[in-house]
Amino acid sequence: MSDEFRSSKAINLQSKWDELTEGLQIYEPATSVDTITGEWRTQTPVFLEKDCKQCLLCVPACPDSAIPVKNQKRLDFDYDHCKGCGICVKVCPFHAIEMEGVE
Amino acid sequence: MSRKDRLSGNEAVAIAMRQINPDVMPAFPITPSTEIPQYFSNFVANGQVDTEFIPVESEHSAMSAAIGAEAAGARTLTATSSCGMAFMWEELYVASSNRLPIAMALVNRALSGPININADHSDAMGARDTGWIQIFSENNQEAYDNFVMAYPIAEHEDVHLPIMICQDGFITSHAVENIVIEDDDDVKKFVGEYEPKHFLLNADEPLAVGPYSVTNYYMEARRAQAEAMAHVPGVVLEVAKKFESIFGRHYGLIESYRMEDADYAFVLMGSAAGTMKEYVDGLRKEGEKVGLVKVRMFRPFPAKEVAQALSHVKAVAVLDRAESFNNVGGPLSGEVLRALFLQKVRCEAADYVYGLGGRDLLMEHVRSVLEDLKKLCAGETLPAFYRYLGVRE
Amino acid sequence: MKESLEIRWHGRGGQGAKTAALLLADVAFETGKHVQGFPEYGPERMGAPITAYNRISDQPIRLHTNIYEPDYVVVVDETLLEAVDVTAGLKKEGGILVNTKRSAEEIRPLLHSYEGKVYTVDARRISMESLGKYFPNSPMLGAIVSICNIMEKERFFTEMRKLFQHKFAKKPEVVEGNMKALEMAYMEVSDV
Repeated sequence: MSDEFRSSKAINLQSKWDELTEGLQIYEPATSVDTITGEWRTQTPVFLEKDCKQCLLCVPACPDSAIPVKNQKRLDFDYDHCKGCGICVKVCPFHAIEMEGVE
Repeated sequence: MSRKDRLSGNEAVAIAMRQINPDVMPAFPITPSTEIPQYFSNFVANGQVDTEFIPVESEHSAMSAAIGAEAAGARTLTATSSCGMAFMWEELYVASSNRLPIAMALVNRALSGPININADHSDAMGARDTGWIQIFSENNQEAYDNFVMAYPIAEHEDVHLPIMICQDGFITSHAVENIVIEDDDDVKKFVGEYEPKHFLLNADEPLAVGPYSVTNYYMEARRAQAEAMAHVPGVVLEVAKKFESIFGRHYGLIESYRMEDADYAFVLMGSAAGTMKEYVDGLRKEGEKVGLVKVRMFRPFPAKEVAQALSHVKAVAVLDRAESFNNVGGPLSGEVLRALFLQKVRCEAADYVYGLGGRDLLMEHVRSVLEDLKKLCAGETLPAFYRYLGVRE
Repeated sequence: MKESLEIRWHGRGGQGAKTAALLLADVAFETGKHVQGFPEYGPERMGAPITAYNRISDQPIRLHTNIYEPDYVVVVDETLLEAVDVTAGLKKEGGILVNTKRSAEEIRPLLHSYEGKVYTVDARRISMESLGKYFPNSPMLGAIVSICNIMEKERFFTEMRKLFQHKFAKKPEVVEGNMKALEMAYMEVSDV
C-alpha cells in the first residue's frame, strides 16, 4: 500500500489490501472503457443502417457512449458497453433502431 | 530567533497557521474557535499570507471544501468546535478514507444539551473513530507546537491522514499565557512545502478521487487505512524528535509526571494535565506516592506506552472529560483499561468523569479519587464502575 | 516584591474588566513574569456580571482552573457588591479594591464581615478628569498594581506607556489620558 502509481488494470478481485491504491484513487482517465457493462443487457437495440439518415440525434442521447461515430457517421453499437436501455430507439425520428424481439 | 510572548491559545494557533501559510482555509465561526479564522482572515486581508480564505455557509461545507481543496492538491486547514465539528461528521470520514492530510484546530467544547459553550472533550470523542489523528494540548505552547508539527505528521508518505490538534475551549483558547513563538522562517522550513504525488489539478495525470467501492473492495480499503494509522506513532515521534532538535521542546506520545516510584496514577488529557501536575506536587508534599500520565496522542491510542508507564502502580484512576453513556465509564478509560488488559498489567483501576461543560478539576476531587484507589487496594469494592467528580449530590 | 499572586476581577459586560485583566497580564509579562489572564464567560451581554482572572508568578504557571482563593479582588462596578459575593474565598492577608467615591470605611459593612484590607478609588472621577469619558479599566489597573506590590513602580509606568502606544497606535491622543488615569489612581488609591 502506498501512493505509488498503480494502473487500475492491475487491480482485481485477487488484489490484496496492500495492493490497492490509497483511498482507491484511480490514476488514469477513461477506465470505464475497461469495464464491460454490456453483459448487463437484457434487451438489445439493432441498428437498421438502410433507414438511418445519419442525423446523429441518437449519439448524445446514449447514456453509455455506446454509439461510436467515425467521419461524422455513426457506426453499429458498441455492445461491450450498451446496457440496452432503449433511449436511442425513442429518440430516432426515422425508426432506424429497434429493440430485438420487441414489437 | 524565537521570541517570548504572551498570547491566548487561539492567537497562538492562528500565528502557527500564518507561519505555515496554507493554500486554502475554509471555515465557519463557532465559539470558542471563532477567533482562529477571525485572526487568520486579518492575516489574509493584510497580505501576510496568500491563502484562499473561503467563508463557507456551514461546517459541513467547511469540511467539504477542505476535502475538495486538499484533493485538488492544496494544503488545507480549518478550525471548529463542538456542534460545528458534529456537523462535519460524515465529511470527517470522507477526508480520512480519501487519505487527505487536512489539518484542523479543534477547540474542545461541550455538545448540546443543555447548550453550553465551555470546555469538555465530547466533540473530539464523537470523532474518535473517524480515522483522524487526534493530539491534545495541555497549554498554549503545546497548542502552538502541536500545530506546527501537524503537517509533517499528516503529510508524511507513510501516513496521508487528516489530523486534529485539540485544545480546551476558553481554558487555554481564551487565556493569555507566556509562550515561545518560533521564527517564521524556521517554522516554514520545518513544515516544508506540500508536494502531493497525486492531485486533481495535475493535468498530466487524470485522477478519480472517492470512487464507489463494492463489498468486494470495501474491507481491503479499510484495512489499508488502518495500516496508515499504524504508522502514525512512529512518525509522530520522528517529527517530535526533529522538532526538539530545532526548537528544543520535547514531546512524546504520552508524558509521565513523577511516575518513577508512584503507587497511584492519574491518567487524563488536555489542560487539566497542568492542573493535575500541581495537585500531584501537593500530594507528594504530603507523602503520597502519586503520579500523572498525560495522554498527548489519543488517536491512534498509544496502548503500549500507557501500559508501560502504569506497569508498576498499585492503582490507576482514569479521568474522562466526556461521557460515553455506557454505564461503565468514559472513552479514555475504555482505551486505558484495554491497554492494561492486553499488556497484562495487573492493577486496581477506577474511572471518573470530570470537567463537563467547563467545570474545574479541584484538589478536593483528586483527594476523593486517591481515597477510592486506596480503598480498592485494601480489597474494598467501589459502588459503581465510574462516578462524576464535583457534581452536586 | 511578591513571588506569586492571584487576582479576581468583577465587572459588568462592556466595562473593560476583561481588558484590564489582559492588560495586567501584558504588563506583568513585560516585567519578566509568568502570567495568566483569562475571562470566565457566562451569558455575554452588556451589563451582565462578568469575572476575569490573573495569575502572576516568578515560576511557570501550570494550573488551569478559575481562582477560588484570590489574594486580591477588584470590583470595577460597585453595584456588584449587592449582586455578587465578591469576597468569596478572598484571603484575609490580601485585600479588595472597589471603584467608588465612598471611603473604605463606608464600603466595609457591605462586605460580609471580610477581615482583610479594603481599598477604594474613584475611577469615575479619575477617568472623567483624565480622559473626559468613563473608562474605569485604566484607573482600576493603576490602583491594583499600586496595592499588590507585584512590580516596580517605574517599570510599570514605562511598560504601560509602551503598551498604550501599541494598543492606541491609531489614536495616539488617548495615550496621555490613559497614562494620567493610571498615575492618578496609583497615587490616590486609599484604604482609609
